[in-house]
Amino acid sequence: MNILRKKSTAHLPFSETVIELFIRLCGISSILFVFGIFFFVFREGAGFLFGGLDVGQFLTNVEWQPTSLNNKRYGALALIVGTFSVTLLAMCIAVPFGLGAAIFVSEFCSPKLRETFKIIIELLAAIPSVVWGFIGLTVMNQLIITVFNAPIGLTMLNGSILLALMSVPIIVSIAEDALKAVPDSYREAAEALGATRWQVVYRVLLPAAKNGLLAAVLLGAARSIGETMAVLMATGHSVNMPSSPLSWIRTLTATIAAELGEVARGGEHYQVLFIIGILLFTITFVVNLIADLAIKGIRQES
Amino acid sequence: MRMTSQISYTTICFLVVLACGFVMSGCSPKDDADAAKTTETQLITQNTKNPQNKGTQFVIKNKGSDTMVNLAQAWAEKYMDVSATTSVEVSGGGSGTGVAAIINGTVDIANCSRQIKPKELELAMQNTGKTPQEFIVGYDALAVYVHQDTPLDKITIPQLAEIYGESGTIAKWSDLGISHSDCPSDKIIRISRQSNSGTYFYFREALLGKSRDFRIGSLDLHGSKDVVEVVGRTPCAIGYSGMGYATSHVKMLEIAADADSPYYPPNLENVLAKTYPIARPLYMYSLGEPTGAVKQYLDWILSAAGQEIVEKLGFVPLENN
Repeated sequence: MNILRKKSTAHLPFSETVIELFIRLCGISSILFVFGIFFFVFREGAGFLFGGLDVGQFLTNVEWQPTSLNNKRYGALALIVGTFSVTLLAMCIAVPFGLGAAIFVSEFCSPKLRETFKIIIELLAAIPSVVWGFIGLTVMNQLIITVFNAPIGLTMLNGSILLALMSVPIIVSIAEDALKAVPDSYREAAEALGATRWQVVYRVLLPAAKNGLLAAVLLGAARSIGETMAVLMATGHSVNMPSSPLSWIRTLTATIAAELGEVARGGEHYQVLFIIGILLFTITFVVNLIADLAIKGIRQES
Repeated sequence: MRMTSQISYTTICFLVVLACGFVMSGCSPKDDADAAKTTETQLITQNTKNPQNKGTQFVIKNKGSDTMVNLAQAWAEKYMDVSATTSVEVSGGGSGTGVAAIINGTVDIANCSRQIKPKELELAMQNTGKTPQEFIVGYDALAVYVHQDTPLDKITIPQLAEIYGESGTIAKWSDLGISHSDCPSDKIIRISRQSNSGTYFYFREALLGKSRDFRIGSLDLHGSKDVVEVVGRTPCAIGYSGMGYATSHVKMLEIAADADSPYYPPNLENVLAKTYPIARPLYMYSLGEPTGAVKQYLDWILSAAGQEIVEKLGFVPLENN
C-alpha cells in the first residue's frame, strides 16, 4: 500500500501536488483555528481569572453587577443556571420529537416520503437564529401570554421552544444515521421471532443504537448551549434565578453578546466576559467529547 | 485498542491547548493591565484620516461625556462631508475627563452631560487665561412608560428608586397604592436597558445616585424602541426610554422630583424649562470665545443640520429648530 502510493506520487504532475498540499492545509487549518480561538479567548480572560476574580463568587453568586460604580460584583450563577435550565427544557421538548421523528423516518415511512421529510427538516436547520429570535419576540411572546395567561411572554419557555426547534434537525439526522447503522439482520431476527414493529423498535433498535442516539441528543444540547441570538431576544435577558418555565432568564452567551460590544478593552468587565467564554468553551467541549465517545462506541459495536 | 488510542489523543489535544493557554497568558498579564489603563480612559474614535481631503488643515480635538460620545461621533462623521478642511477627533472618557482636558487646554471642545462647576471655570481661567464658553447642544430626556391601561398617571423619583433600586421596597402595584386589574399577579415587571447603555447609566444616576445599583431581575432589553414595545404589550410592566419613542399603547408618567414637588409631564416645554426631573441639557465647552474652524463647527452643530442628528440619536433637539 505504502509503496504503491509513493510510486504514484512520483509520477504526479505538479498541479496535483499543489492541490494535495492545499487540501492538506485545509484539513489542518480547522485544528489551527480551534487552537487559535481557544488561545485568544484564554489570553484575554486569564489576567483577571488568576489575578483578582473570586472564582468561588463567580460560580456561586447571583449578583451580576459589572457596571456598578463602587461595588462591582461578577456573580454568574444566575447566568449558568439560566443557560442550563433553558437547555434542559429545550431538550425535554426536542428529544421526544427528534427521536420520534428519527424513528419514523428510519423505520416506518415510505422511501418517497422519507426524502421529502429530510429536505424539510434540513430547511428547518437553515433558518438563521436571528429569525428565530424575531419569531420569539413577536409570535411566541403573544402566544405564551394568551395560552398561559402570563404577564409577559419573553420567558425561559419561549427560548426553550425556539432552541428545541433549532436542535431537532440535528437530533433527527444523527439519530436517523444511528438507527440506520443497526444491521438489518437484527430487525429480521426480531421479526422472525414474532415481534411486532413497535417491539422491534423498542426492544431491539433503541438498545442497539443507544450510543448514537445519546450522541444525537448531546450534540443537540451543545447547539442549544451555544445559541445566542435567539435566546437573547426571546428569554427576557434578565439576571434572575428561574423558578418556573415562565420565569425570565439570561444565558451566558447572551450576556457576552449584549455586553462585549461596549466594554473598555482589557478592563475587568471585558476579561470577565472572556472568562464566561472560557466556561462556555469548556462546557461545549465536554459535551462534544462525550458525544464523540458515544459515537465511537457505536462504531466499535457495529 | 484503536478506540482507546483515539480517545487519549483527543484528551491530550485538549490538555495541550489548555497548557498553551496557561503558558501564553502567563506572559502578558502586565501588558494587558497597562493596555487596560490606557484604553479605558480613551475610547478613541478617529475620524482624521479621510483619503479624499489631503489638505486637512485643522483638527478639532473633542473629548468628554460618554453619553454624548455617539452623538459627537455622528456629528464628526457628518461634518467631514460639510467641511473638507476640518476634521474632528472625538474621544470619550466621561464628562470629568472632558472638563479636565479643557482646564489643561489640551482639547478644543469638551463634551459634558453636566454643567461645569464654578471652581472648574476658575481653574481653567487660571491655567489657560481663557474662560470656557458654554453651548447647550441638545437635551437628554427620559420618559417613564407604563401600559396604557395602567391606572397610574404620576410617580415620584423616590418611588422609582424603590422600584428599580437594590433592596427597594416597592415590588407590587399595590405598594404604589393602585389596584391594577389587568395585572393579576400585581407584580411590577421592571423593564430596563442592557448595562452598557448610556440611558441605563443616566437613569441609574438620576434615581439612585452614585452609590446604589439597580436591583437584578429586570428585563434588560437592547434598544430604546424595544422597551416601549414590550411595555406596550405588558400591562404589568414599567420601563424607561427616550421620550421620542412613545406609541399609542403606552402612557408616559408625570414625574415629580419628590413627594412634595409638583408633577410634570415629559414634553419639550418642561424639558426646556428644566422642570422635568429626568432630563438634562447636553453641553459643549470651548476654550475661550470660539474662532475659526471651532466656531464654524459649533455653529453647524447648532444649525438645523446638526440638530437633525441630535434627534436621530434619540436626544431632544434645541427649541428653535
